[in-house]
Amino acid sequence: MNLFDGITEYLLVMRKTFTRPVKFKTMVQQIVHEMYYLGVESLPIVCFLSLFIGVVVMIQIAFQMESPLIPKYTAGFITRVVIIYEFSPTIMSMLLSGRVGSRIAAEIGTMKVTEQIDALEVMGINSASYLILPKIIAFVLIMPVIITFSIFCGLFGGYLITMGTGEIPTSEYFYGLRAFFTSFEVTYALIKSLFFGFIITSISGYYGYIVEGGALEVGKNSTKAMVQSSIFIIIFDVILTQIFLG
Amino acid sequence: MIKVKNLVKKFDDKVVLDSINTTFEPGKVNLVIGRSGSGKTVFMKCLLGLLIPEEGELFYSNKNFYSLTEKEQKNIRKEMGVVFQSGAIFDFLDVEGNVRFPLDMFSDMTQKEKIDRVNFCLEKVNLEGTNKLKSSELSGGMKKRLAIARAIALNPKYLFCDEPNSGLDPQNAVTIDELIYNLTHEFNTTTVVNTHDMNSVIKIGEKVIFFYEGHLWWEGSNENILNTDNKELRDFIFASSLAQKLLETS
Repeated sequence: MNLFDGITEYLLVMRKTFTRPVKFKTMVQQIVHEMYYLGVESLPIVCFLSLFIGVVVMIQIAFQMESPLIPKYTAGFITRVVIIYEFSPTIMSMLLSGRVGSRIAAEIGTMKVTEQIDALEVMGINSASYLILPKIIAFVLIMPVIITFSIFCGLFGGYLITMGTGEIPTSEYFYGLRAFFTSFEVTYALIKSLFFGFIITSISGYYGYIVEGGALEVGKNSTKAMVQSSIFIIIFDVILTQIFLG
Repeated sequence: MIKVKNLVKKFDDKVVLDSINTTFEPGKVNLVIGRSGSGKTVFMKCLLGLLIPEEGELFYSNKNFYSLTEKEQKNIRKEMGVVFQSGAIFDFLDVEGNVRFPLDMFSDMTQKEKIDRVNFCLEKVNLEGTNKLKSSELSGGMKKRLAIARAIALNPKYLFCDEPNSGLDPQNAVTIDELIYNLTHEFNTTTVVNTHDMNSVIKIGEKVIFFYEGHLWWEGSNENILNTDNKELRDFIFASSLAQKLLETS
């Protein structure tokens, strides 16, 4: 399948996905369910990774700041910028494409090869809308929450280093976190998270939905879902950065 | 009643179904038999609207299915119950959830009515008391019976079963056959069953059609199938050693 065919097929699946669901009440229940499984269950690993990345970023910056000409609060400032602008929305989304994306692709793909999707279709249920749409809505809604947690944990990791090493005074760190801060930084991160949430779920849903064959193909498409999601996250990161900051 | 007229299905240039004409009447178990690759599953998928044939017409109660709007097709689909070869049990739901699924999606029943209906269907397939079991906790035979319970939940006019006995031991296979036969007669459904199982053919095949290389090769019933002089059909039904021995002794 060439790129053009792939994009066309993706758009066709998305058109089917974004048609009216069979029962609105059922979809709301599914959205809540998916918010828990895709979002809330991702929080522990997101917080864990963010905390340690915050720690590592802070250690590295403190290590580089030997010159007395650079104010100490710069460490807090750089940590904030790195975490809010790139690490939490972009890198964390790429990590989530592994956890969430492969899960969605494998789940839907397995349903396809075990005829569960055919069973939905013959009941008169739009299977793409029933299976993919709640995941997209749920994850797009919960992504800003996940990224907010990630930002807090990352910055908290930096704070732990100020407490533990004493290289950068805590007061300087907090001053750096607030220095030149505009609320747009967070808005920008959260807007990116919405886009990346859509990319992860729609691409993974698509790769799950087009599975033909058996377990081998489910595995292949789960990997493709993760890889393609990561590629599109990076591409859209460039586009969104250019739009908002360029 | 289901009526099929001049149905032709191709994959690229390969003709998989060639001018199929047949009728399936209500209250009868209609069996579709044939070797693997003869076109049975494709035929069933065409009946279900999962595949669209290149030529031909398909009538459900005199309505031409392929010329209906999507909404009208959905209304007919609500009258279908389907048992897939794998069972196609929704593994994100428990036993009760599976049977309840079509009721949740398409009925205006109260919670109590739904539970009563679920229990009724489970009782029909001898799965009473298994409501809270997960699909992974069910045996192959139980999965098939659960699939039948889900298929009859909305009291369908048309029941389709794709190889319902595949992978089952002979005793479970007989149970499934009896179940399909009884449900067909009790609810007057038009039942179409794809099968390889000659025991099913003899036991419940009120109408039998034989597919050979994409053609409808023979049409009859379980009463006259053993006396056929159709060579391909005889080769098919007497292929097993057991059948050959029985033929020799008779």
